[in-house]
Amino acid sequence: MSSVLPILSTSPMEAAPAGPWRRAYRRLRKRRAALLGLAVVLGFVALALFAPWIAPQDPIATSWGALRKAPSAQHWFGTDEIGRDVLSRVIWGTRASLLAGVVSVSLSLLIGVPLGLAAGFIGGWVDAVISRITDAFLACPFLILAIALAAFLGPSLTNAMVAIGVSAAPIFVRLTRGQVLGVKTEDYVEAARAVGNPPLRIALRHILPNITAPLMVQATLAVAAAVIAEASLSFLGLGQQPPAPSWGSMLNTAKNFIDNAPWMAVWPGLAIFLLVLSFNLLGDGLRDALDPRQR
Amino acid sequence: MGEFLVRRIAQLLPTLVLVSMLIFGLQQLLPGDPAKILAGEEQDPQVIAYLHQKLHLDDPLPVRYAYWVGGVLRGDLGESVRNQQPVLHLIAQKLPVTLELALLAMAIALVIGIPAGIVSAVGRGTAWDWGANVFALWGISTPNFWLGILLILLFSVNLGWLPASGYVSPLEDLGANLKAMIMPAFVLGNAIAAVLMRHTRSAMLQVLSSDYVRTARAKGLDEKTVVLKHALRNALTPIITLGALELGTLLSGAVLTEQVFTIPGFGKLIVDAVFNRDYAVVQGVVLVTATAYMVLNLLADVAYIAVNPRLRH
Repeated sequence: MSSVLPILSTSPMEAAPAGPWRRAYRRLRKRRAALLGLAVVLGFVALALFAPWIAPQDPIATSWGALRKAPSAQHWFGTDEIGRDVLSRVIWGTRASLLAGVVSVSLSLLIGVPLGLAAGFIGGWVDAVISRITDAFLACPFLILAIALAAFLGPSLTNAMVAIGVSAAPIFVRLTRGQVLGVKTEDYVEAARAVGNPPLRIALRHILPNITAPLMVQATLAVAAAVIAEASLSFLGLGQQPPAPSWGSMLNTAKNFIDNAPWMAVWPGLAIFLLVLSFNLLGDGLRDALDPRQR
Repeated sequence: MGEFLVRRIAQLLPTLVLVSMLIFGLQQLLPGDPAKILAGEEQDPQVIAYLHQKLHLDDPLPVRYAYWVGGVLRGDLGESVRNQQPVLHLIAQKLPVTLELALLAMAIALVIGIPAGIVSAVGRGTAWDWGANVFALWGISTPNFWLGILLILLFSVNLGWLPASGYVSPLEDLGANLKAMIMPAFVLGNAIAAVLMRHTRSAMLQVLSSDYVRTARAKGLDEKTVVLKHALRNALTPIITLGALELGTLLSGAVLTEQVFTIPGFGKLIVDAVFNRDYAVVQGVVLVTATAYMVLNLLADVAYIAVNPRLRH
C-alpha cells in the first residue's frame, strides 16, 4: 500500500516535496529571536556539561579571607558570605536548573501523553475517570501543589523534579486529549481503521505522530516554567540542598545580604532570567513555525 | 443563569471530592510512621501511641479518609503541631493579608496588561507593539522573587523610599500599609500583566479584523469608539476566561512574594509549616487554596456570561 503513494505523488514538474518538519524548520530559521533563544540554551547546555573545566574555582570551596568581596579581576562576580566564588557557583548551578527543566518535563510527558492518548482515543468511562482526576490536579495551583509534594517527599533536587513533573503532567493530559479528539475523526485515521489496523497501532502510528507539534511547543514552554519552578522551590529551601550550588538557593542566601553584597543577588537571578527567556523565545518560535494558524 | 450556576456547581463537587482525596493522599508519601515523624526528636512512646489513636493511624485508609473529610466538613482541618492552634483559625488569620496582596496585584496587572494589549494590537507592527511584546516576554521570564529582591535593592537599600519588609494592617495605618504592599503587589502583578497583555493582544487582533468592526468604521465612527466600545467589549470574553487561569499563578506567586517581603500571609504560613513539618497546616492551606481557585474560576464563568449577552439564555 505504501509503495503506491510515492509513485502517484512524484511528478517530474515538481521539486522534491518538502515534508511538514522541513517546512517548519525553514520557518523557524527565519525567526531570529527563536534562533537566539536556541543559541543561548545551547550555550547554557555547554556551561553545564563543561562546568568543571569552565568554572575558574571550586564552587563549594570556602575562603575566610574573601568574605563578600565585590566583583574584581580575581572574582568576576564577587564572592558570597563564606567566600565562595559566585561565578563558579553560577556556572555549576546551570546543571541543577537544566536538569530540573529537562527531567521534570520528561516526567510530565511520560505521565501526561499516554493518559491523554487513552482518554481521547478510548473515550467512555476511561476518559471520564482520567479527565476528572486531571481536573482535580489542575484545581490545585501548580506551585502550591509542587510545594506540598516536595514537603511530603522531603527536600532534595530529585524530589523537587518529581514534584514539578507530577504537578505539570495534567497540562499534558489535557493537551494530548484535546489534540487526539481533533485528529481522531480525520480521514487518514478512518482509513487506517478501515484497513484493519489494531487500535493500539492506530493510536501510536497514526495519531501520535500527528499531534507531536503542539506537544513539542508546550514541552519547550514547560521547560521554561519548570526552570522557574525549580528555582522557586530551591529559593524556599525545598530543592537543591546546600552546599551544592543552585540559582534559587543562592538567591535565598543573597536576600539576607542585600544591603552589603548586592552582587550575590544579581548574577544567579540574571542566569535564571536568561535561561527562561531563551526557552520562551524558542517555544514561541516553534509555535509560529509548527502551527501557523495560531498566529 | 440560575440553571447554569446549579449545573456548574454540580460539576464542581466531584472535583472537590477528588481534590480532597489527593490532599489526604499526600500523607501517604511520608516515609515510615507519621506518628513517629510528628512526635519530634524525643520519640516518646506515649506520645506516639497517643498520636496513633488521635489520628486514627491504626484504621484502614478509607476509614481514615472518612474521619478526615468528616472533620473538614465540620470546619475542623486539624491542629497545628507547632502551636496547637486549629488550622482553620490560622488560615482565617492569614487569609485577609494574602487577599489584599492578591487584589492589589490583580489591579496592577489589569491596569498595565489590558491597555498594553490594546495599544499593541491597534498599533500592530509599530514600536508600541514591539515594546509591549518585549515587556510581556520580560514579565513571563522574570522569576518574581528575583524581581522582588532587585526592587528592594533599588527602593529600600539605595533610595530608602519604601520599607523592605514589615507588614502593617490597613486598619491601623493605611498609608504605611500601602507603602509596605506596593512593591510586593507590583512584583506579583507584573507576571500576570504580561500574560493578560498577550491574551488581550491576540483577542483584539482577532476582533479588529471582523466584519462588525469594519462596519463600525465604515459608518464613520471615530477610532476610539470603534476600539474601546465595539472591539474591546467583544475581546473581553476570551480575556476573562484565559485571565481566570492566571488566578492560580497569583496564588502560587503570593507564596514567593510573601517570602521575599516577609509578609505574614498565606504563603508564609505554608512555607513555615513545611519546615516545621506541620503537615496538617500544609494540607489545610492546599485545600483552601484549591477550593478558592475553583470558586474564583466559577466567578469568572459568571462574569463571562455577564459580558456576553448571547450566552444568557
